[in-house]
Amino acid sequence: MTPFDATSGPHRPTPSPDPWAQLGLALALLAVDPRGLRGLWLRGRAGPVRDRVLAALAPLAPRKLHPFMPEDALTGGLDLSATLALNRLHRHEGLLSRDGTLALTMAERCPPGLSVRLGQALDARPGLSLVALDEAAEEGEGLPPALADRLALFLDIDGFGWSDSADITLDPARIAAAQAHLPKIALPPEVLEQMTRIAASLAIDSLRAPWLALMAARAHCAWRGGQALDERDLTLAAELVLGHRARAFPQDTPPEDQPPPPEPPENDPDQAQDREAQEPQIPDELLIEAAFAALPPGLLARLQAAKAARIAAGSGAGTKRKSMARGRPMPSRPGKPGSGARVDVVATLRQAAPWQAMRRAARPDAAQGRLLLMPGDIRIKRYQDRTDRVLIFVVDASGSAAVARLAEAKGAVEIMLAEAYSARDHVALVTFRGDHAELALPPTRSLVQAKRRLAGLPGGGATPLASAMQVAFDASLQARARGMSPTLAFLTDGRGNIALDGTPDRAQAGADATTLASAIAARAIPALVIDTSLRPKPHLSDLAATMGATRIALPRADARAMAQTLGAALGGKEG
Amino acid sequence: MTPFPFAAIVGQDEMKTAMVLTAIDPKIGGVLVFGDRGTGKSTAVRALAALLPPIQAVAGCPCNSARPEDCPDWAQVSDMSLVERPTPVVDLPLGVSEDRVTGALDIERALTRGEKAFEAGLLARANRGYLYIDEVNLLEDHIVDLLLDVAQSGENVVEREGLSIRHPARFVLVGSGNPEEGELRPQLLDRFGLSVEVTSPKEIDTRIEVIRRRDAYENDHAAFMARWQPEDAALRERILRARAALADLKTSNVVLHDVASVCLALGSDGLRGELTLLRSARALAAFEGAGDVTRDHIRRAAPMALRHRLRRDPLDDAGSTARVARQLAEVLP
Repeated sequence: MTPFDATSGPHRPTPSPDPWAQLGLALALLAVDPRGLRGLWLRGRAGPVRDRVLAALAPLAPRKLHPFMPEDALTGGLDLSATLALNRLHRHEGLLSRDGTLALTMAERCPPGLSVRLGQALDARPGLSLVALDEAAEEGEGLPPALADRLALFLDIDGFGWSDSADITLDPARIAAAQAHLPKIALPPEVLEQMTRIAASLAIDSLRAPWLALMAARAHCAWRGGQALDERDLTLAAELVLGHRARAFPQDTPPEDQPPPPEPPENDPDQAQDREAQEPQIPDELLIEAAFAALPPGLLARLQAAKAARIAAGSGAGTKRKSMARGRPMPSRPGKPGSGARVDVVATLRQAAPWQAMRRAARPDAAQGRLLLMPGDIRIKRYQDRTDRVLIFVVDASGSAAVARLAEAKGAVEIMLAEAYSARDHVALVTFRGDHAELALPPTRSLVQAKRRLAGLPGGGATPLASAMQVAFDASLQARARGMSPTLAFLTDGRGNIALDGTPDRAQAGADATTLASAIAARAIPALVIDTSLRPKPHLSDLAATMGATRIALPRADARAMAQTLGAALGGKEG
Repeated sequence: MTPFPFAAIVGQDEMKTAMVLTAIDPKIGGVLVFGDRGTGKSTAVRALAALLPPIQAVAGCPCNSARPEDCPDWAQVSDMSLVERPTPVVDLPLGVSEDRVTGALDIERALTRGEKAFEAGLLARANRGYLYIDEVNLLEDHIVDLLLDVAQSGENVVEREGLSIRHPARFVLVGSGNPEEGELRPQLLDRFGLSVEVTSPKEIDTRIEVIRRRDAYENDHAAFMARWQPEDAALRERILRARAALADLKTSNVVLHDVASVCLALGSDGLRGELTLLRSARALAAFEGAGDVTRDHIRRAAPMALRHRLRRDPLDDAGSTARVARQLAEVLP
């Protein structure tokens, strides 16, 4: 079932007559106007079908680029061997310093730094265009937003089998004719307005989207040899450019984003008259429908999930870190050997090589044939390491969580601890009862310690939930500051009755808990709430919603079931 | 193609005002623009470059010295004549190497002639102008450290291969970024005088106007530039007039008191907040041709000058803009 079946009502998608022909058309548009469209986001696994698509793009002669190319391959740099051989400066050209089309393989693994560099290169050099090959398999993966925003077209080829597809040949003569025709096609003001309005009603924030859609419409008009933009051009553009960017259905959008009711565009006194005569008006609904028709089933849900995952993951700032010892290699940097750093011998030699003539002149007494190294030449290796995850368990030990449930919670935490240990995760434990919460165990990898603290955990007393949330929140911020990625897991029945200041005021306690929940949500700390009460109450699910947390009700669960749920929920969250 | 004219940017008034203020008084210390994709952040910076009044500089000097006697010795400047050149706006790309930022030994001369010579870097080129970092929140830590050091001292020092080079590097830092992709280190945040938040325009007419002007810019370039360049020129004149007026501007004790009490109420760290607020209020007054700084100028400059200097309050999710507005309403009724 497609996500819009239930909600869309009149905007039921009309399936395109032939999806593969549609795809071929999109490629033709890119070939006609790579400057205007800036590129294509192609989702799908490598395989014969993708090869067919790429073969069609061969006339653009794309240059390959992969996410982990060294810096100088992008921007150009010193060609050391040529320089030394010729004894004069020789630079090699970078991929970004020339017009043309780039093909970025494994685009879903493109780090934010590179995606931004590519985006900047696209902005700075109008002659550059990009085909991003996204092989995302899992939810939460996908093209980095800096690129997705800039590339006009999106095609998903995962649904095509070999037999659904055929070779695509783009007639070079037709492309050349369309390219010559392109500048003659004007963008009438009412078309411009309509496209902007449609994009806004689909809750597309970026203003690049309507512009790129207009470029696609123009390219299509040129491709079919039309004199002026008409309905065919605009519906196709809406499908190819706006469809995958849609973030809401028009009826979902807040009132201020609503498009004005379709009305004849205001008459532009000097020029609109004759244009209206030759152009039939296209109702907005038609274009919106076209945009939705382009959505493969489940795509909207997937995109939203991807967005949520990006926010939940703390957006990269704290999830990766530099390491001297392990992880994926990064460009080496000047530095001193020692303190765990490893010398990058090759980079050091490369650094020293150009200066040899000069240094030898300065030190005629130096032995011939020996390399003259200076401390400034030394390059050390750096690696990018995934940050450690820290699971912060917040365990309710109050009287309201009956003793039996406390034992189950302890058991679940122990099983989780064992799993965390094998995943090299850190764990921390916050417990709360009586009038305050405490950090019973600061982040550690020691399973034994965690077990011991847990076993000695007494039960009974009031439920200072707000205080527990405060302690857990502080602990996660501290963990973040140390470069770890915190995840909170609350095990509680949620009937907080002690306010932050320690007074037994149920109303204040509730308000404090809500405030903290929104603070946790604002910092995008992934959280999970396990409701251990016998009859789940709405206020705990409200609290979980405010926190942006997944809530799982577990009345009568045994420890292993609880741990499995925990593990599944946390694993899903981390993507 | 000539950059998009500054005056033709639709809306985004706070961003445009902030940029104009730094052009009037570079001591305000730069602008940070944070916000959504596709809202014209980098367009505005490119436009600013074309808007800024030209500077007088020594023709052969790599760091744009104003007078021949200011040229550093190592540059061995041969052409000491003064020329007028556009205010430099230098891009600092992500992934740039330290050598390119600070300057390094001239590799060509070392190779071919075995000579030690210094090749100036981006910091030298940005002297007396602007240094622009797009996606500043993704900048590598070691480059950030380097920038902090230079922005603090106004001087770039390179010690390498027995060379000891120093040259002035005073520039206005302009950064832009998308907060979704990562936060900025507080130390770097503090170096920006002003900060503005941009969002995609919500009114449909504004959005249509953006697309309309983009179309005119791309497809009817000459007419579009002819329409907007006079407005840019007028704005440039106004900036120059405001610069001249800055010195004669009167600041009463009442205004000073207002500045201090706003900063105190907001608990902004250090005295940098007070100084920046005062400077930007003065620049605003000069831009508007006012004879003295009033409470109204402070009220309008305060959000830009202070919103990034607030202590983080994790329990207040109202956002720093709202917090500044709240305190302003209380302290400056």
